[in-house]
Amino acid sequence: MHIDKDLVAAAATPLVLGILAEGELYGYAIIKRVGELSDGDLQWTDGMLYPLLHRLERLGYLSSSWGTSEAGRRRKHYAITVTGRQALAERQEQWAVVAETLRQAWRSLEQPPAAAPGWA
Amino acid sequence: MDGHVELEAQIGRWRGYLQRRQAIAPADLDELEDHLRGEIAARRSTGLDDDEAFLVAIKRMGNLDAVSREFAREHSDRLWKQLVLVPEERDGESGKGWRELIVVLCLAVGAGLAVKAGILLFGQESVLARNIGLLVIPFPTAYFAWKRRLAARTAGTLLLALAVLAVLLNAYPVVAGGSTELLAIVHAPVLLWMLAGIAYAGGRWRSDGRRMDFVRFTGEIAIYFTLLALGGAVLIGLTFAVLQLVDLDLEPVMEAWILPFAVPGALVVAAWLVEAKQNVVENIAPVLTKVFTPLTLLMLLSMLAVLAASGGPGQVGRELLILMDAILVLVLCLLLYAVSARDSLSPPGLFDGIQLLLVLASIAVDVVMLVAMLSRIAEFGTSPNKIAALGLNLLLLVHLLRSAWLGVGFLRRRRLFAELERWQTRYLPAYGLWALAVVALFPPVFGFR
Repeated sequence: MHIDKDLVAAAATPLVLGILAEGELYGYAIIKRVGELSDGDLQWTDGMLYPLLHRLERLGYLSSSWGTSEAGRRRKHYAITVTGRQALAERQEQWAVVAETLRQAWRSLEQPPAAAPGWA
Repeated sequence: MDGHVELEAQIGRWRGYLQRRQAIAPADLDELEDHLRGEIAARRSTGLDDDEAFLVAIKRMGNLDAVSREFAREHSDRLWKQLVLVPEERDGESGKGWRELIVVLCLAVGAGLAVKAGILLFGQESVLARNIGLLVIPFPTAYFAWKRRLAARTAGTLLLALAVLAVLLNAYPVVAGGSTELLAIVHAPVLLWMLAGIAYAGGRWRSDGRRMDFVRFTGEIAIYFTLLALGGAVLIGLTFAVLQLVDLDLEPVMEAWILPFAVPGALVVAAWLVEAKQNVVENIAPVLTKVFTPLTLLMLLSMLAVLAASGGPGQVGRELLILMDAILVLVLCLLLYAVSARDSLSPPGLFDGIQLLLVLASIAVDVVMLVAMLSRIAEFGTSPNKIAALGLNLLLLVHLLRSAWLGVGFLRRRRLFAELERWQTRYLPAYGLWALAVVALFPPVFGFR
């Protein structure tokens, strides 16, 4: 399934924060995790992840540290901060409202349109 | 990864290609390369060969132009470099560079002509001193207005502000040599420089990032201007020596022509150099601040010791107060420049501690001066000079106190460096407003004395 890129962009921040809330990860592992969670449906331009991570770090949602990979290369790890968890909680509430609103709005689409009273 | 020579070469080329993007720092390159290698390894484990794995990984990384644009958007300090350098690289024509050089030289000569005309027109030295900023600073401002393609409305507002300032500086019937006139002479350039900042920011003066860029620019233009002045002084000195040998006196020519053209011209050229050659100084700026911050701290501490030894704040004389004010302003400039040169993401370190000590020492000096001033005011009554100094010291005190507070928070990892940065940029207009008050309100309030 192809998901619209604006929708992917809107979901990026809460998704990254949510994934990092489970534990510290480096960039490629975050992308892999997104793939696992969405069964590969959520396609991301990999390069775009890093500016996003840097922005979240600047906002204080994430902290980063340099470690080494198995191959002995420099690797940057990201972890969520207390502020990041607060932001995540806020985003979750917002998304819950959006999801609920969409569910309400689309409920009528799922059922065959009932005849309006008084129109029989 | 032995035996993957071709793959390593491909990764190397890819990295080299990215390296040319100004917005992507070497650390980011390491991060992206780590990602690319992760993706390649994952693809190879599903049976692709090196070439295929590399191609897929590159494809998934996305359009490098778009990615580097995104980096630039996030790291606006790097974007700042890119804005200047990329257009020239992209169209690859040398005509653009030449056109800019011609504009710069015309503006430099224009600044010289304006100063020369000012010298000829204003008979009195004090009238010239009042207007010298008005004659010079509009030229670098015009350069930025041209360079940033300033919107007509912003340019119009700037012109109007310049006109208002010209009227304020010249219409008041100030007593020649009086303190309100002297204060206006000292404060007008601050206002003019703020107007130049609006042009520098391309009209987006509300943006914190742009303001920080302007602080950086101010520090760097000071360095370039000093370098140009030193070079110029050596050349003039040598010419003097040679001409003296053949009994020609250069001094009249020097006073009448060389200085009025060379000094304002150098300012415009320095502005252009900072714009064009940012990368050169950028490597020096952090080093300079790291050298001078501890030295300035030592200077402030020894000054505090001297003040304490000389019998406390009550004994501080007028000249010393003025000198200390100048030193505090200089320390503040150093602080601003150091903040602007620092990478806001790196964790607190020893240097941030030294910087905090510098701020604390400045607060101590500032408090000593405030006490001295208040006691002088209590003893001798108010005067324009004292009120101007008092106002400046209070402004500095607020700036320093909040900086210290945020600095402590940053060192204890309770706050982000970005907050300290934001405080510096948010506070800047306060100085402009104060300068405006001194120029516009002091003369009528104090009866033009």
